Amino acid sequence: MNKETKFTERTFKSVGTRPVRPDGVDKVTGRARYGADYDMPGQLIGLMLRSPHAHATIKKIDTSAAEQLPGVKAVVTSKDLPDLTDGDTDLKCILENSMARKKAFYDGHAVAAVAAVDMPTAKAALKLINVEYKIHKHVTDVDKAADPKAPVLHKDCFTKGVEPAPVKPSNIAASSEFGHGDVGKGFDDADFVVERNFRTEQTHQGYIEPHACVASVSPDGSGELWVCTQGHFVFRQQCAQLLGMDMAKLRVTSSEIGGGFGGKTHLWLEPVALALSRKANLPVKLTMTREDVFRASGPTSATSIDIKIGIKNDGTITAGEATLRYTSGPWKGSWAMLGAMTAFACYDLENVKTTGLEILVNRPKTTAYRAPSAPMAAFAVESVIDELAGKIGRDPVAVRIQNAAKEGTQSSYGPVYGPIGIGPTLEAAAKHPHMSAPLGENQGRGMACGFWFNFGGQSCTHINIDIDGTVTLTVGTIDVGGARASLSLVVAEELGINYEQVKTVIGDTGNLGYNEMTDGSRGTFASSMSAIMSARKAIEELKQRAAMMWDVSVDEVSWEDGHARATGNSNLPPLSIAEIAAGAGKTGGPIAGHTELNADGAGVSFATHICDVEVDPETGLTRVIRYTVIQDAGKAVHPTYVEGQFQGGATQGIGWALNEEYIYGDDGRLQNPGFLDYRIPVCSDLPMIDTQILEIPNPNHPYGIRGVGETSIVPPLAAIANAVSNASGVRMTHVPMSPPRILAAIEEAETTTA
Amino acid sequence: MSVLVNSTINGDNVSFSCDADETLMDALRNRVGLKGVKEGCGTGDCGACSIRLDGALVCSCLVLGAEAEGRTVETVEGMSNGAELHVLQTKFLEHAALQCGICTPGFLIAAQTLLEKNPSPTETEIRYALAGNLCRCTGYDKIVRAVQDAAVVMKKGRKK
Amino acid sequence: MVTINIWGALRPAVNGAASIELDATTIRDLFEKLEAQYPKTLPYIEEGIAVSIDGTIYQDSWSHPLPTDAEIYLLPRIAGG
Ligand code: FES
Ligand code: FES
Repeated sequence: MNKETKFTERTFKSVGTRPVRPDGVDKVTGRARYGADYDMPGQLIGLMLRSPHAHATIKKIDTSAAEQLPGVKAVVTSKDLPDLTDGDTDLKCILENSMARKKAFYDGHAVAAVAAVDMPTAKAALKLINVEYKIHKHVTDVDKAADPKAPVLHKDCFTKGVEPAPVKPSNIAASSEFGHGDVGKGFDDADFVVERNFRTEQTHQGYIEPHACVASVSPDGSGELWVCTQGHFVFRQQCAQLLGMDMAKLRVTSSEIGGGFGGKTHLWLEPVALALSRKANLPVKLTMTREDVFRASGPTSATSIDIKIGIKNDGTITAGEATLRYTSGPWKGSWAMLGAMTAFACYDLENVKTTGLEILVNRPKTTAYRAPSAPMAAFAVESVIDELAGKIGRDPVAVRIQNAAKEGTQSSYGPVYGPIGIGPTLEAAAKHPHMSAPLGENQGRGMACGFWFNFGGQSCTHINIDIDGTVTLTVGTIDVGGARASLSLVVAEELGINYEQVKTVIGDTGNLGYNEMTDGSRGTFASSMSAIMSARKAIEELKQRAAMMWDVSVDEVSWEDGHARATGNSNLPPLSIAEIAAGAGKTGGPIAGHTELNADGAGVSFATHICDVEVDPETGLTRVIRYTVIQDAGKAVHPTYVEGQFQGGATQGIGWALNEEYIYGDDGRLQNPGFLDYRIPVCSDLPMIDTQILEIPNPNHPYGIRGVGETSIVPPLAAIANAVSNASGVRMTHVPMSPPRILAAIEEAETTTA
Repeated sequence: MSVLVNSTINGDNVSFSCDADETLMDALRNRVGLKGVKEGCGTGDCGACSIRLDGALVCSCLVLGAEAEGRTVETVEGMSNGAELHVLQTKFLEHAALQCGICTPGFLIAAQTLLEKNPSPTETEIRYALAGNLCRCTGYDKIVRAVQDAAVVMKKGRKK
Repeated sequence: MVTINIWGALRPAVNGAASIELDATTIRDLFEKLEAQYPKTLPYIEEGIAVSIDGTIYQDSWSHPLPTDAEIYLLPRIAGG
């Protein structure tokens, strides 16, 4: 069904205000229940056994001793999760990742699991499982894995997307190309061309809550799963398929979620928990330790990017070309593809060509991390644009403004843009006081732009008007950072009532139709669109009921400020929502509004960041001393939470730029699976993060809303690299720019100039 | 081996039994039922499990349950005065100093400890006092502002 | 007839063309005719193809009409964080 969801100009009463969130008090008093905070009666404790080898064939698993240990109720291996994926390759990868089948593909890959009466028994049982491995050569480095001489992970992996298809298997799982024009000609027209290789290391989403779930499968084949997830409907569908259960019989309830950033869009331990519960015939709680989270749940890609950009003396960028190699873990992903699509998306280019190569390595399966793949590509592109601006002696902001994409530009990934915000964010940056603030010794300023698509997708919401006139909105998208407040605001706006009268709750999979994940910045965009439609239906119903109460035709009833008004008869006093609801039993029963839709048309999102750093030339230590985020939100429903998204994304980007990286030893083992050695930014590392929200309405949303969650992580890598370059005179091409890397670059620059 | 532990938890006398090698974090969560004590790492690196033991800020994942014998334990559950929230709790809500909220109990306890010792901290002092608590969602900006604001309100309250 | 622009990795499945002409009126119709005329596109359709119509990306709304003068782009279906 086509729903009228186009933007119409209006003045808002609730939307744009900053009330306290409905789930707030529970979260400051310790009441809120997260993944690990829930227990089922009689539950067992589950534990996973993980491969210590980066690449090994599992010759034999002997679980008999573990099974005989008193208190052990179930031991599962891949045999207990038969392959029911029926040709669905994505699901097959999820299955292989959740429990290794013939081969273990990375340090930390699950090979068996136990469920026992308590943790000490479960730990003892793990020690009794005997796995015989045949160890193979492994490869963890992105460039080495792409080398034809590298050990091949899958003998049946022939690069997809190239013609003719290769005859030899390799670790290059797929290639995808985007672009238009003729880059060769573009480079010929350029006055300056810069060509460089950039590398970024693998980082983790770093949510503070480790994965956790409680699974219960009954002998009648029905099941329950309590889990911290970004998408309980997707989890239900995939778990039911993997375990051969009826979808309707598996009820998945999402807990409060302690951060996800993409990492909780993927199944890790849930199918195993269900398999353990099914075998033990009792509920099983399965949680990851922090070490498990690092070793075995979704980091982002490590990358190696070759880039070439040409510019004319007048500032026109004549061509951009990039080959982007992204690790995807042991199975094919579409991460390099996303890098190839987003790399040049900020610019209006006549000639552009990008090629993304998905590289298989012996590292955990890559998963989405906030605007997945875009930050690394932006790091390369935005660094080179700064360098080119320097070569022609122009201001980097001015060069970007000159080349920025605008309405009508053919994007580097294909389609023509509608109204977009890159130009306005750049103009705002040029005018921002931060841009002209004085800098001290060893300090430098940098800026960079970023792009993300944003998604919509399947959504379903339900509104109940309760008999006292309060309103319950039930949504199927997880609230990762204040969405319940935003959605309550939207419903209050549409119904013309107070925010306090609306309570938004997240339904479980039994309450609502299918909803896609809270990912791709879709939560507020898509659920608000659906909530607005549900509210409009409820208003129609409220008008009907008022007409019945007045005994007039519904055409003579209008809805204004939370009241029905009789347009034809001014003697009839308006009826409030509470008055109509109180009489609902006599006018046809409960009043509700329900919507299901495909929220397509999520508007693309752009941001510009400005950053000042101070680089200590003795130690190479870099501190961010001032940071400003400017981003288009379409319409900021709850501006405080929009700012929060900007600040959080920028901070993750700062960590990525300066500290965070997966470090693998020669043995293929992860050497820093903990927050002590994988250091995310702490409070004392950072300044305040200033924000400026621009509002360029999205034409495809009734209120003009765009997703805001992801774009903020895209510019920081490049903004900081550009600032470091301006502070210390060295161009950093390898992220993270940790003190040893910066020091080495400074020393190298000194020896070459000396 | 199990041990029986008697302590004062959020003002009440509580006895619980736990394994001799069980952490206070696990004991508080699983034996006493105080799930507001969060586990982010179990190794003392994230501060999500922060509590006060005899008034001192500790990571409860680095303390044994048995060590609580005869001592006073304070967790986020005991922070409000009945239905009346602590100023820090109110300010965290007003400033949206939480997104996912998993780090919040730990930050509240750490900030409470700071403001008791130093009622008018500078921004830098706040940042260093909270450096043992990780937050991945907020970028800390709104947390620092909430603590600054709470400090002002609490000082005014004391002057009255 | 509508002109359909094809992204790089899909081009080998349509004999290397950067754009093709199809007599399709909706997104569903487009996929049916694409598969019928270029069977090698089937695995891509199964993996998920998004359709951009005048710059707005549709991932799911298969009943959406394709105006004849619209700019239509096929893209791989994308995922986010
Ligand atoms: S759980 Fe105790 S410090 Fe992280
Ligand atoms: S609010 Fe999510 S970790 Fe702090």
